[in-house]
Amino acid sequence: MIKIDGLYKLFDGKDVLRGVSLGVRKGEVIALIGGSGSGKSVFLKHVVGLMKPDRGRVIVDGMDMSTLRGRGLTSLRDRLGFLFQGGALFDSMTVFENVAFPLKEKTKLNDDLIRERVFNELEHVGLSGSEYKYPSQISGGMVKRAALARALVTDPEIMLFDEPTTGLDPVIGAAILNLIDSCHKRLSFTGIIVTHEIPKVFDIVDRVAMLHEGIIWADDTPEKLMSSSEPIVRAFVGESANSSIRHQSGNTVVRG
Amino acid sequence: MVLGFQGFYSLSRFGSDAFLGPMVGLSLVKELGPVLSALMVTGRAGSAITAEIGIMRISEQVDALELMGLNPYRYLIVPNLLAVVISMPLLTAIFDVVGIFGGYLIGVKLLGVSAGTYFGEMASYVDMKDIMEGIYKSLTFGVIIIWVCCYKGFYTGIFTGFGAEGVSKATTQAVVMSSVLILVWDYVMTSLLF
Repeated sequence: MIKIDGLYKLFDGKDVLRGVSLGVRKGEVIALIGGSGSGKSVFLKHVVGLMKPDRGRVIVDGMDMSTLRGRGLTSLRDRLGFLFQGGALFDSMTVFENVAFPLKEKTKLNDDLIRERVFNELEHVGLSGSEYKYPSQISGGMVKRAALARALVTDPEIMLFDEPTTGLDPVIGAAILNLIDSCHKRLSFTGIIVTHEIPKVFDIVDRVAMLHEGIIWADDTPEKLMSSSEPIVRAFVGESANSSIRHQSGNTVVRG
Repeated sequence: MVLGFQGFYSLSRFGSDAFLGPMVGLSLVKELGPVLSALMVTGRAGSAITAEIGIMRISEQVDALELMGLNPYRYLIVPNLLAVVISMPLLTAIFDVVGIFGGYLIGVKLLGVSAGTYFGEMASYVDMKDIMEGIYKSLTFGVIIIWVCCYKGFYTGIFTGFGAEGVSKATTQAVVMSSVLILVWDYVMTSLLF
């Protein structure tokens, strides 16, 4: 469904992506992990065509995103959903208006049907009762859930999540991941989750890819990655898992 | 009103204070009306447009529009362009009328020019062509304001840096650049329509 082949991207003379290659099969959800500034978000923006690669190809459902323009790009984007790190809700609109916006602009559904679908979607993400609040009036977790509802309301075939739990407390973060999992079971989308939420995210993905030094350093099932003996993978996955355990146990140090 | 005072002072030195009406009228409809209206719209609406689009840009709302398969130019530029095309000539017309009334208050009520002379001479010397010249100018100024302010908003982050400081810089640059371009373009238009 998604195939990235030899993706290069240079920013201010620095190689952020140095030949990234990765494939995601239809219906599969993968987690993309890696250190801060390793280029995960840049990678995701290439997948949706917000950035153009210096070299390499991004093939989504047989179409090359790096050369796609105009209607071809628009029709492909109609099948995509993207959850931004900050939510990217339109701050002059209420939660209801935000979620209804893509339906109003991209479909011919009447107002009653749009209302019904928006209310259903908001119920799925646990935002019933907050329909008429503005993004500035709700918490960070609620913004993420509203953004998730907006991304999912058009039933996308491909969903991309850019750090869906960043800035949220562990309970809300886990709730967002569970929500993504339940939405995947409901809609069967193909997905890429960029995240630091290790090891929690491993429970809801089929594969984990690790981006390091501009390339895919490791790409395997969560179980195999957790038991990897590769030092860099061990350092990243092991330390993240440990810090998660320390965090969950109320700062009590539990090493292992 | 200042124009009324200054005009009366200058004209009366040549014994031509009867021409206060045409002087005020022509100055306003051909130059001051469109130019000052445009500068006010730049400060009031242009800065707001840059700040709004700039904030949408840095908070990824513009990217969100794009990823919904929607054209951000259609949603963020076209409505502003239509609004300015409608409002600029109207604002210029209001500015002209208020300015002419201000000149009347000073010239007629304060300095003793007769009302008949003020308006009669104005009607004789200010043609529809002069009024339309001001209207055409106001339309082109409106396009300049939207062009510059939307551009600066859209490219906030690329040229000005991200965050609140980036939006602030973009807004300042938009207002300065629009104002300068309006004055330069006014000279070009005046030369062409002279």
